[in-house]
Amino acid sequence: MSGTFVGMPAFPEAAREAVGNSTLRANLRHATHTIRDKRARAVAELADWQQLREAGKQIKNHTLRHLDRYLVQLEESVVRAGGTVHWAADADEANRIVADLVKATGEREVVKVKSMATQEIGLNEALVAEGISAYETDLAELIVQLGHDRPSHILVPAIHRNRGEIRDIFREEMGSWGRPAPDGLTDSPAELAEAARLHLREKFLRAKVGVSGANFMVAETGTLVVFESEGNGRMCLTLPETLISVVGIEKVIPTWRDLEVFLQTLPRSSTAERMNPYTSMWTGTTDGDGPSVFHLVLLDNGRTDTLADEVGRQALRCIRCSACLNVCPVYERAGGHAYGSVYPGPIGAILSPQLRGTASEIDASLPYASSLCGACYEVCPVAIDIPEVLVHLRERVADRGGKGHRLEKAAMKAASWAMDRPAVLAAAERAATRTRRLHPKKVPGTGAWTAGRELPELPEKSFRDWWKGEGR
Amino acid sequence: MRVALFVTCVNDAVYPATAVATVTLLERLGVEVDFPPGQTCCGQAQFNTGYRRETEPLVRRMGAVFEGYDHVVTPSGSCAAMVRENYPRIARKAAAEGRGTELGGIAGSLVPRVYELSEFLVDVLGVTDVGAYFPHTVTYHPSCHGLRTLGLGERPRRLLEAVKGLELRELPGAEECCGFGGTFALKNPAVSAAMGTDKADSALTTGAEVLCGADSSCLMHLGGILRRRGDPLRPLHLAEILASTEAEPHP
Repeated sequence: MSGTFVGMPAFPEAAREAVGNSTLRANLRHATHTIRDKRARAVAELADWQQLREAGKQIKNHTLRHLDRYLVQLEESVVRAGGTVHWAADADEANRIVADLVKATGEREVVKVKSMATQEIGLNEALVAEGISAYETDLAELIVQLGHDRPSHILVPAIHRNRGEIRDIFREEMGSWGRPAPDGLTDSPAELAEAARLHLREKFLRAKVGVSGANFMVAETGTLVVFESEGNGRMCLTLPETLISVVGIEKVIPTWRDLEVFLQTLPRSSTAERMNPYTSMWTGTTDGDGPSVFHLVLLDNGRTDTLADEVGRQALRCIRCSACLNVCPVYERAGGHAYGSVYPGPIGAILSPQLRGTASEIDASLPYASSLCGACYEVCPVAIDIPEVLVHLRERVADRGGKGHRLEKAAMKAASWAMDRPAVLAAAERAATRTRRLHPKKVPGTGAWTAGRELPELPEKSFRDWWKGEGR
Repeated sequence: MRVALFVTCVNDAVYPATAVATVTLLERLGVEVDFPPGQTCCGQAQFNTGYRRETEPLVRRMGAVFEGYDHVVTPSGSCAAMVRENYPRIARKAAAEGRGTELGGIAGSLVPRVYELSEFLVDVLGVTDVGAYFPHTVTYHPSCHGLRTLGLGERPRRLLEAVKGLELRELPGAEECCGFGGTFALKNPAVSAAMGTDKADSALTTGAEVLCGADSSCLMHLGGILRRRGDPLRPLHLAEILASTEAEPHP
């Protein structure tokens, strides 16, 4: 994944900082609660939601089981329709392919449709290093890009910003990227949207190269599909002469008919809408209509490794709706940046350590960034059992015995040893309760607990001693 | 009907009053309860922290201790959920790693016999009015594992609504996690405390005297926050409210 996040502190430290930022917490709370309530209403309208959820899960599972076959079929279909297919094993390879394709056109700038895959590989930064400017055209991505910031949500990357902050960013930064913000810009949503529209229109009309991702790729026809809300995507997908799409290999589905399920579940889960405003589909190239050159870059970047893990592979079913972020009580307090990845929230906590491995401090801490409350599993439109995968990945981290885990392992082993010996347990309980008046208020080693809470007072005797005393 | 009480390690060592109340309640309802002293812990903390193999001896112990009982009742949604949801997983993974072929049988035998207290009362005994008396205002926090893993639904609330003298107050955002999460409370203390503080704040808005739950560990976390701030709201386990009667009211 992107080098942007290298050197991030582990989740608990990053989250502690976010928890202390009251503006950020208020922004996040307001945004996540609004969208989670709207989503609940939109989903409740469908009587067959659970069947749709199961169907989405089955379609994705089937495709993943036969991924090799469907990818080859997809490649044949795309080529037949006039496109070119490239295979990229990792981020560096994908970035090099895209940079070379852009350079071959002689252009020095591209317009971009919001895409998680290109963020994952750090494409914008890689293009800048090659002297190519990559302009984000999604409103929230524009705010993040102009603000020299990082996205903090899959669907609403600028969720952590309020209107006043956005106005300031537009005023200060738009001018150095293109058309400046109008004089006297206020923080009214209509004025902010109009400023963005004028700024972006100039770029749409000038651009010769567009870069996108895709929500789905249909193997039988070679069709790519993008769901979006603002129309900026449609501009980027139709106006440029060259279109380059970078898509994770898990985005393939077998047939058009399979789209029926996701056309219903994705918009409701992500934006709480019955139908997203723009659904764009393109199949290769067509003379006189849209881009005349089409390249598809199929991205692996850790996906086949993830597929090899029996429990963890269900993360590849993800359709990036972000419903799990919006219901997650941990995300709500910690914000997206704390996850150190373009995939924050519960899905990020299981996806990033699988795509990137668990060698870094941040990746090793992500499987623990959850209270396992299960709200994410409940809303997931493709029924990814995120808590199950989190615990599975914790095992992987604990097995590696990294920082802090050697001691923990010894403690867990000791606990299991004692718990397998009721007499030892009873003796330990008795020792603790007999000395309870002598316990200091702050018991050594309980700092993480007592920083925010009192310890419980120990009782006079344990239940097992009470039971014995009752003479039963 | 042979009924065994699984008190859980937290109730045994820290909250014995909850376990005593469970015994009192069940006996009042005519259930003969046994407490097999060989029991210790379900292994939830180890399992959820990533030490799955370390839980295998505890699965074996649970199987042996509760063998022969028709029902195993526990006043903890998360410990019941541990057995029901994770014991089969532990068995499957052990078998895949070429160990512990007997674990599958143990899990298969335990899963249908393990009940969280409110499930046992409503589903097995078929009662919602347990003859309790508790003249206080109460708000109920449905813990995540009871709510989502076990699907307890309205059972605890129906039991509380039938308690004489009790006034139940709606808890805003009831289905949100309190932030305990086992070792999460220690590994991510800042987020955990923030979640608990928000939960405690919304419980306080109800004006209730008592914050009721069916999981002692969530109550330990919330109680610790309330006590630190000196808030006028006392945490109490569902079993203790249901055990309270006019003749012997809860202290």
